[in-house]
Amino acid sequence: MLQGNQTWVFKSKPVIIGSSAIGGPFEAQGNLAEDFDILHSDIWLGQDSYEQAEQKILEEACETAIKKAGLQKEDIQFFLSGDLINQIMPSSFTARNLAIPYLGIYGACSSSMEGISLASLMIDSGFAQRALVGTSSHNAACEKQYRYPTEYGAQKPPTAQWTVTGAGAAVVAKEGQGPRIVASTVGRVIDMGLSDPFNMGAAMAPAAVDTIEAHFRDLNLTPAYYDLIATGDLGRVGHRIAADLLAQHGLAIPKEKLTDCGILMYKENQPVFAGGSGCACIATTTFGHFLNRMQKGELQRILVIATGALLSPMSYQQKETIPCIAYAVSIEM
Amino acid sequence: MLNNKQQDKAAIQKQYQDFASAREPKRPIALNCIRAFIGGGIICTIGQGIQWFFINYFNFDEKTAGDPTVAVLIMISVLLTSLGVYDHIAQWAGAGSAVPVTGFANTIASASLDNKSEGFVLGVGGNMFKIAGPVIVFGVFSAFIVAIIKVIITSIGGM
Repeated sequence: MLQGNQTWVFKSKPVIIGSSAIGGPFEAQGNLAEDFDILHSDIWLGQDSYEQAEQKILEEACETAIKKAGLQKEDIQFFLSGDLINQIMPSSFTARNLAIPYLGIYGACSSSMEGISLASLMIDSGFAQRALVGTSSHNAACEKQYRYPTEYGAQKPPTAQWTVTGAGAAVVAKEGQGPRIVASTVGRVIDMGLSDPFNMGAAMAPAAVDTIEAHFRDLNLTPAYYDLIATGDLGRVGHRIAADLLAQHGLAIPKEKLTDCGILMYKENQPVFAGGSGCACIATTTFGHFLNRMQKGELQRILVIATGALLSPMSYQQKETIPCIAYAVSIEM
Repeated sequence: MLNNKQQDKAAIQKQYQDFASAREPKRPIALNCIRAFIGGGIICTIGQGIQWFFINYFNFDEKTAGDPTVAVLIMISVLLTSLGVYDHIAQWAGAGSAVPVTGFANTIASASLDNKSEGFVLGVGGNMFKIAGPVIVFGVFSAFIVAIIKVIITSIGGM
């Protein structure tokens, strides 16, 4: 049901009955290593290309989530997935192997929560009983496509971010035990005229702020309602900007409540510049770390805001600025 | 009316860009310059050593030793790129490792490595000059222009 301008409130509160997080070697050394289901020590995963490696990780994430939900893939009616590679290759190729009716989506790094929102909509409206949402990113595949070759010696600025190698998946169902999806705010595309692909945090922060404000306005809530408010991959730079911008707009969120998955993912001493990014950043943090904490009873109500930079390598070369989007999803135990 | 709106939008964007810029860590330019000096200096010293080696142990003079020296530096750079070391050196040394011939070799080797999965012809062959290509194109073009200028000046009696 629509509430306010852009927020969907799901009456039936769809349940996340199974979720998974798969990571690579850098994530294994990070802060959240314990919350991953599988960690790989090789970014190639024994495959012939980075793109195939990413597909393999996404397949593992989907299989693990279905298994943890105690289901077979035949029990899932729809599969929604997105990633960062051209023509969402890992997602569609995973769908080929899963053979579940498929909806390919693209929201760049916000794909996970775009998928969760759409899956919840399908379930709440009775168009599905169980849907699988997946998303993935691969550091080397992403660097290769969006920036420079992985081994190219270009000095990165301190505002750069490190793409997470990993995948997250979640099975959303009408009935079952687990955290419930209560509402979802669909963001507007915001472009503040930034064009540096090595400074995505600053580009995406206004989109996150716009969606967070819309969420609280539409639902008539205050930040005090949530135990945790986490943005997707703003990193240290974008997080600071977003926090200050929210405060400036009169929606100050306490420091201990507002966090960012790009900051949580890695340890201070890892050479990731301003923090993590990529589709898998918020996906693995939410479907692994946050949901685990909810299951343990440490968190009751969380709001996750997935941020995405909707640029392409071509738009960058054509001197276009970076349009950004954010989706906010509230999950309650 | 529309013009006003566009101006408003530009003003809001500018305001945000200043707001964000105040909260971004800047590139440490002075430190980067020092590192580039040290990194580039070390690479050039190694090159000097290799040249000295060719002059003293082989039949080369100061002029002809240049070619084998560059070849050896390129090989070292390609090897370090393939072993995944060069990009780490470059993150530290910056321009110090990008400007010498080793940086140029790195652009070609790294592009070849990344695109090997698309095959030898379309992948490696088609992409190896992805970064180095523009450097070659504009290097040759500017050399051509300079040469023409030189010919004109000499023919009218200058130099």
